[in-house]
Amino acid sequence: MAARNPTDKTLGESLRERGVSRRGFLKFCAATASMMALPPSMAPAIAAALEQAKRPSVIWLSFQECTGCTESLTRSHAPTLEDLILDVISLDYHHTLQAAAGDAAEHAREQAMAANPGEYLVIVDGSIPGPDSNPGYSTVAGHSNYAMLMETVENAAAVIAVGTCATFGGLPGANPNPTGAMSVMDLVKDKPVINVSGCPPIPMVITGVIAHYLTFGRLPELDAYNRPMAFFGQSIHDRCYRRPFYDKGLFAKTFDDEGARLGWCLYELGCKGPTTYNACATMRWNDGTSWPVEAGHPCLGCSEPRFWDAGGFYNTVSVPTSASGVNVLAAGAAGAIVGGAVAALAKKQTKTAVAHRQPVTVEELEAKL
Amino acid sequence: MSGSMEFLLWTKGPMFNIAITIFAIGLLVRIAEIFMLGRKKNFAEARAGEWGPGFRTMVTRTVADPGTFERAPFNVVVGWIWHIGFLIALLLFLPHIALIESLTGLSWPALPNPVISLVTSVTLVALIATLVHRMTHPVKKRISTVEDYVVWAVVFAVVLTGWLAYYRLVNPYPLVLGMHILSAEVMLILLPFTKLTHIFTTFIARWYNGAAFGRKGVQS
Ligand code: SF4
Ligand code: SF4
Repeated sequence: MAARNPTDKTLGESLRERGVSRRGFLKFCAATASMMALPPSMAPAIAAALEQAKRPSVIWLSFQECTGCTESLTRSHAPTLEDLILDVISLDYHHTLQAAAGDAAEHAREQAMAANPGEYLVIVDGSIPGPDSNPGYSTVAGHSNYAMLMETVENAAAVIAVGTCATFGGLPGANPNPTGAMSVMDLVKDKPVINVSGCPPIPMVITGVIAHYLTFGRLPELDAYNRPMAFFGQSIHDRCYRRPFYDKGLFAKTFDDEGARLGWCLYELGCKGPTTYNACATMRWNDGTSWPVEAGHPCLGCSEPRFWDAGGFYNTVSVPTSASGVNVLAAGAAGAIVGGAVAALAKKQTKTAVAHRQPVTVEELEAKL
Repeated sequence: MSGSMEFLLWTKGPMFNIAITIFAIGLLVRIAEIFMLGRKKNFAEARAGEWGPGFRTMVTRTVADPGTFERAPFNVVVGWIWHIGFLIALLLFLPHIALIESLTGLSWPALPNPVISLVTSVTLVALIATLVHRMTHPVKKRISTVEDYVVWAVVFAVVLTGWLAYYRLVNPYPLVLGMHILSAEVMLILLPFTKLTHIFTTFIARWYNGAAFGRKGVQS
């Protein structure tokens, strides 16, 4: 399999070759603009930029993951997966999606790396057993995940970590983290790492980040967790359509009560929307059909660090993650014992003092005057 | 900033356990101490019942008599305002009730959020007024100790961070929520060892005074 050199053709050329109409292309650009929270007037500028853009080589590495992120990507609508893979990028290596297997597959990765040094993008889904873990916990073609990541990233332009496992450790990293799973940003320090978190991430966010890179030639603005601000800048709660009910203090108490039927806020049912930053409330899922809170289920906080360890899904945000009535009772019992001991000591001291009391005479008092 | 979620989970997890344990132990030490130190036996015959006067004093010492009100109207009015505001926000705000329910299984209806936010805003202003009063009133200024200012600061921090969290004025939200929980935990830890203990002892002390008066047959 010959190495494709993606710098050969511009995106415009490859689109025309595939018979994509100008109209279809502009539609794609308008969708991209709205996805990146840019005004529609930016669409022609995006079109012009994409026209000239070179299709970058993309190597997709899958480590400790469930393939949910790839499943999510295959449900991308604007742009569609076909648009993305065939026109916008040159997806040179992806376990699940590539036809090649075995050595041929691994060669494709090596060739892509050799042909585009410093220019290819690496996308990672899944977390990685850290350098101190047993390398055998997760391997691809005999290479440990850690070795493969470091080798592939070395000459990459940037790394996009996709999904909560790659961004924050996710399920493999949940307590007690048997494989010592780490996130990409824990391991890759000398390359730009963009985190597209979510379990799974919203497909349009994955494609949006790539489109942004192609359009502007640089990576989008990131938040404190290296997540693109355009998609993770606001919390679920800030953009939730149930927010007016929250503000009025109207809460569903169970999943089937009157409040739930009337669409009241799901805070009491464990909604983590207030502490979760993601684009579900604005972009929604399945081509904008709906999203979890609209379907009547609280947000689980899937795009935040320690998603699996952050307390029960159905516990209210304000509830402590580990304390229970039992803890409080135990603390109280300890307090009762300590308190009893301190009090007994004090009582004993008083008694001893009384027993050893030396009465003061009037003469002694007068002598002090 | 980047660890705001970690920070929130730390305040909701390990730190919460530490705070509640210190609080429970400290409080029980104090209460056990008070009750077990013992009082001298009363040899005199009781002149009247203890319970009635005890409860009456709980009320009369809580509601200022006209004399006290005339002497210190500010203390009475502002003191009442912020204490009640604090209690309403503490006990009738939905997230707080959910917390209490998770620990004790007890719950009760909440007030609507806008009412709580209004009450909290008033409480904040009243708390600031008490600080200004304390720092400018010639007598109060002299009798105030470091502890008084620490206690004020902790209470103020709890209300302020709660207010900031409610209005989501600090970004990211897990940071401000964590700050609110942490300041509440600091308050819990300090509670048994400072004047804040009065939350639990005021009414016991008032009852005790009244009961003593009752025994002696003086006005309670
Ligand atoms: S349903 Fe969740 S995200 Fe929506 S307003 Fe209620 S708490 Fe916020
Ligand atoms: S609503 Fe919350 S839990 Fe559900 S996908 Fe969005 S961020 Fe994740």
